[in-house]
Amino acid sequence: MGRFILRRSLQALLVLLVMSFVIYNLIGLMPGDPLDVMIASNPGATPEVVARLRAIYGLDQPILYRYAHWLWAAVQCDLGFSRTHSQPVLEVLAPALWVTCKLMLISFVISVILSLMLGISAALKPGGIVDGLVSLGAFAGISVPVFWLALMMILIFAVKLHWLPASGISNVGDGSFRDHFVHLIMPVATLALANTGGFTRFVRASMIETLRMDHVRTARAKGNSEGRVVLVHALRNAMIPVVTVMALSFGTLFSGALLTETMFAQPGMGKMIYDSILSNDFNLALSGLLFATLVTLASNLMADLAYGWLDPRITL
Amino acid sequence: MSEFADVAIGVWTLRWRRFRRHRTGMASLFILGVLVAFVLAAFPLQYFMGIDPDVTDLFARFDPPSAQHLLGMDEAGRDVLIRLMIGGQISLLVGVLATLVGGIIGVLVGVAAGYFGGRLDGVLMRFTDGMIALPLLPLLIVLGAIDLTKLGFSSDFAHSGAAGFWRIVVIISIVDWTAIARLVRAATLQIRERDYVRAARASGGSALYMMGTHILPNIATPIIVSFTLTVGRVILFESVLSFLGFGVVPPTPSWGNMLNNAQELVTTAPALAVYPGLLIFVTVIAVNFLGDGLQHAFDPRSERTP
Repeated sequence: MGRFILRRSLQALLVLLVMSFVIYNLIGLMPGDPLDVMIASNPGATPEVVARLRAIYGLDQPILYRYAHWLWAAVQCDLGFSRTHSQPVLEVLAPALWVTCKLMLISFVISVILSLMLGISAALKPGGIVDGLVSLGAFAGISVPVFWLALMMILIFAVKLHWLPASGISNVGDGSFRDHFVHLIMPVATLALANTGGFTRFVRASMIETLRMDHVRTARAKGNSEGRVVLVHALRNAMIPVVTVMALSFGTLFSGALLTETMFAQPGMGKMIYDSILSNDFNLALSGLLFATLVTLASNLMADLAYGWLDPRITL
Repeated sequence: MSEFADVAIGVWTLRWRRFRRHRTGMASLFILGVLVAFVLAAFPLQYFMGIDPDVTDLFARFDPPSAQHLLGMDEAGRDVLIRLMIGGQISLLVGVLATLVGGIIGVLVGVAAGYFGGRLDGVLMRFTDGMIALPLLPLLIVLGAIDLTKLGFSSDFAHSGAAGFWRIVVIISIVDWTAIARLVRAATLQIRERDYVRAARASGGSALYMMGTHILPNIATPIIVSFTLTVGRVILFESVLSFLGFGVVPPTPSWGNMLNNAQELVTTAPALAVYPGLLIFVTVIAVNFLGDGLQHAFDPRSERTP
């Protein structure tokens, strides 16, 4: 168990290292240059001054050297300075991470509960009316563009009905719990709806398969009530593949969070990464992307652990 | 030879029969046919009615639907209907092309990993797992933001519509091949140890011959299903990237970038925000149901189970 965690953590670290190198290079290929802003705000800068600035910031060095330099600083928790926020990157990241975690976790829990209820009720009678409706809904969920779903929510609930605020995390001057809650409803609903479709299909498929197994028939033959057979005997076994799929979906969940945050102006990681790429804030973009990768890798590791916990046949 | 031909026809006839009984699959095939006809109707509309998708008329902004312009005009005074049609051509073309390119990468990686096994399998699958774990959208945004002139392309090309189109095909296909690779690997592992494959290998078939003749044709059906489902996902990726401004760039329309300004317009002209998204939604759901129907039709067991 301990060795397994260690090995997987090392693997994750390796992926992170490779990713940091790839992203570092990709970001170097984005339009503009870290010096552009300084030069633009300083019309008197001669080519000599620019060259000296380049030397000072190390931009005349080969990219491998610059990457090694960045990595050495990053290991010591120095992720550099965000240009657009005029703050160290870590201080910009921390509050954004909190907003995103809140959004992702609440939506995740809601879609897990919803998909369990829908998936199980569909699996009870495959081919029935409930199954048909649930499958149709699930297909709609995996097929809808998240940003358009958000747009339609804004159109209906904010513009037409005036029920909910269209953007932000709180009203200026308010900030009570109720205010925060009201601002969270649409982003959470959008992200949860977009995820429930895929989850439901997995729960349904896994449940149908499990309900056909011998141990379920045995459980019925012993005289257990149908509810107990489904919720205790079948569900636990059906959950094994489902848990893996759910935890592996954190990357997708993060992509959805990026869109939801952008559409509803939530100051989270996704919106921050998007804005930093738009405004050439290289340090912030780089750190944000790596953090997103780190979160995904950590959730995958947890999926493996949950797998071993749910299925005693597997020793890690 | 003829008896073999009969057998081959038999399998596909059987599959087609099973598919025809799959109601949602047939319905989605019909809807996709209608959608293709819809996007191709841009040509007659353009040449016989003389409607140009790029001509702006600032005196006709937000004009309501009329006999000449059936869905009215957009925020720059362009005909909405023809832009929806041409945008659809672009979106569907990106969907199919990126799926083909990415699918070929996935098939090559998967069949190589599954057939050769050993260390190559280990390396390729670790790489695939690493890719699967990544949050794809932020990565696609970075890839979409790359300045092509820094890669040595001329400035003219880097800012042309063609570059925007090919760029999105390339970046989606280099990111979205992992699902197919895993599937093909698993299928290859199953086929590899069959007796007839071992016999062919023992009689000296080269690796390339083995893969091309004995492995790939026998795992064609899951690959077809997977390609179909990938088309839906790619269309979603394209729309998102174009919407965020990193995909197909205006004036070339795509269903995604037609929603670019929709967020600000949602109060004044909600219809402009509804149409393109609805078309993406209908297309992707039809593609997904088609994949479902194909899976049903290709699965010999689906005769018995409801």
